[in-house]
Amino acid sequence: MKNAIRVAAAGATLALAGMSLAACSGSSGGGTSGSGGGGDTGPITYVQGKDTSGVVVILADMWNKAHPKEKVTIKQQTDQADQQLQDLTQHFQQKLSDYDVVSTDVVWTAEFAAKQYLQPLTGPYKLDTSAFLPSVVKTGQYNGVQYAAPSSTDSQLLYYRKDLLGSTPVPKTLEELFGTCSIAKKAGIGCYAGQYAKYEGLTVNFNEAITSAGGTVVDAKGKPTLNTPEAQKGLQLIVDNFKNGNIPKAAVTYQEAQGLNAFETGKLLYLTNWPYMVGDIKSNAQAAGIRSKYAIAPYPGKSAVGGHNLAISAFSKHKKTALKFIQFMESPATEKILIDKATLAPVRSSQYTDPSLTKAYPYLTTLKASLDNAEARPITPYYNGVTSAIQNNVFQALQSASNGGSPDVKKVLDSTAQAITAASQGG
Amino acid sequence: MTAVAAPPRSQPPKLAGRESAEANRRRITRIAWMLLAPTIIAMLIVVAYPIAVSIFQSLFTDSSGIDPKTGLFTKGGFVGVQNYLNWLLQQCQIGGKSQACPAGSPQAGFWNSVFVTFLFAVVTVALETVIGIWMAFIMNRDFRGRGILRAAVLVPWAIPTAVTAKLWYFIFDPSGVLNTVLHTQILWTSDLWASRWAIIIADTWKTTPFMALLILAGLQLIPEETYEAARMDGASKIQTFFRITVPLLKPALVVAILFRTLDALRMYDLPAILTGGGGGGGQGTTTLSILVVQQIKQSNDSASALSTITFILIFAVAFIFIRLLGANITGNAEKQRKAVAKEA
Repeated sequence: MKNAIRVAAAGATLALAGMSLAACSGSSGGGTSGSGGGGDTGPITYVQGKDTSGVVVILADMWNKAHPKEKVTIKQQTDQADQQLQDLTQHFQQKLSDYDVVSTDVVWTAEFAAKQYLQPLTGPYKLDTSAFLPSVVKTGQYNGVQYAAPSSTDSQLLYYRKDLLGSTPVPKTLEELFGTCSIAKKAGIGCYAGQYAKYEGLTVNFNEAITSAGGTVVDAKGKPTLNTPEAQKGLQLIVDNFKNGNIPKAAVTYQEAQGLNAFETGKLLYLTNWPYMVGDIKSNAQAAGIRSKYAIAPYPGKSAVGGHNLAISAFSKHKKTALKFIQFMESPATEKILIDKATLAPVRSSQYTDPSLTKAYPYLTTLKASLDNAEARPITPYYNGVTSAIQNNVFQALQSASNGGSPDVKKVLDSTAQAITAASQGG
Repeated sequence: MTAVAAPPRSQPPKLAGRESAEANRRRITRIAWMLLAPTIIAMLIVVAYPIAVSIFQSLFTDSSGIDPKTGLFTKGGFVGVQNYLNWLLQQCQIGGKSQACPAGSPQAGFWNSVFVTFLFAVVTVALETVIGIWMAFIMNRDFRGRGILRAAVLVPWAIPTAVTAKLWYFIFDPSGVLNTVLHTQILWTSDLWASRWAIIIADTWKTTPFMALLILAGLQLIPEETYEAARMDGASKIQTFFRITVPLLKPALVVAILFRTLDALRMYDLPAILTGGGGGGGQGTTTLSILVVQQIKQSNDSASALSTITFILIFAVAFIFIRLLGANITGNAEKQRKAVAKEA
């Protein structure tokens, strides 16, 4: 009896250990290889972040009906970008073939490409990108090669209070914008805010400040280019306006949601934010006070590009099908469904002039104007290091300016550039 | 005790009996090992293996850079203790040379993170101990509704830290509850010391009940008679506290403080959600654990080195604690056996 219990206990422990080992090695099961159309066509798996709109399931059904031998399986990750990146990296590191088509944030493309995780879209996998917005196509390129295809895009818009602005023309540059801040002062509210908390949004706003002033953050090789008068002018403008209070002190804690709250409760004259805010103002109860008093305009300068690209895993066994699926996912018909059901902005230029869409979504015209001027964030395989180098240095400067200090902008940019260089050594 | 009274020692047992006792002991030992084996194997797999792999990995580098022609990563290799030196000396490898890290590199924040981590540990544990003792005293008294009070005190401890952090995040919002009540404009999640205090307050709120509960258990072990005796001898309340309560509470207290200190030294979730490690210049609340997670996104190998350093630091603190304060967490089996042996 005793012996039996002992054996059972040992067995149970071993089973437990086995389970944890299996968990470690990742879900290597669920093979998609073998069966199917032969060559490199066959069933595929499409991986993307959580889809709250349910549109992906609809699209998958459409595809599956048309391609019974090359069915697609949808895998949804969480809605956290960090987790999505980690999940993709782990699968790629193990060279698993269970992910065929992956949706990648525009800033991940370079790292995945440099690690040879993605199938270059050249040769037999060439993708025609001529119909897409040029600023968006660029986010899928690395070292002159197209690695990912645009699927949905995003750029920031200027939200402003038309009731307060009155006959003053809507600012077209950030300088013009800050020139009208006396209106906000008279109304007793903050003038302008973006996203300045220490997170990815800060990198977006820093990039916008530099590129809007005519500078660049890094060159085509990923080397920092911040030691220019343009870059200094761009950051100086933000620093000065933090110092004089045109940008409220609390803005150093703003992510998208906090800025949105401030604007919807009437505490800001101007806000730059993504297009999703149009829908939020329409439905959010706290926005009732400003709903009829606001309008949107293109970003006053050069917005950063957001959105997602689609790419083929280098370890996929059915790359031909994967390419066909990508072409399906960015066909005009699909793009229309994406904006209808999930308000994801299209990547084809033609759709911004399609009357059936611009009538239903008037903000598309404004968004197009923003996108035409938009600039990608630094394209570098060390993006995570580069973005944290930017965040650490720039946040410190803004924090100091918001408390009335005068950070030396040249020094801040020098140290940002050095940190970017250090981060680009892999350490 | 006088020598005269020493009883005559019993005759040593017969050899055969002793041998069988020895065999018996060996058999018991063997069974004990067999019973423990599954646990030991499980521990080796889930604890020892990851630590060993992490230490092994920390001696390598993912990649030595980008091939300028193809734009692809080149293969890394064995670098010895380079990753450790990078952290401890706050140096970066730029252009193949070791030099001081520019501000904003993860390595440049190492000693800052050590300071932040120990600051949080010392301040929160001190506050939690003092408030915990006070709460334990209240809970130890006899009064109506004591059960309800004890349950109520435990609520903050029962709430998951992530939820606690989010709750306090809303309280500490620039236009949140706290600023409204205090009529202040403090940026609780962004100013250097305000953000540090925000974390200390939230952590103290959350873990004091745990401390109070451990101390309460210790208090209940002190016999009522000792207090009665003290009263009879005319000891004041303060004397009673320092001469009776504190010494008798010490074993429980030391264990409680040790647990909390180790816990506080690996604090991650609270600052991660409340401030994202920010505050002040952006690293005001970056604890070592937060730094590790940030580094994982850039380089697994370097992050492995940092997590090993963190592990050694915490281990050293635990070791010093047990040595200096005699925290008895390993049990005194050895001593007991010796005592028994002496008596026999």
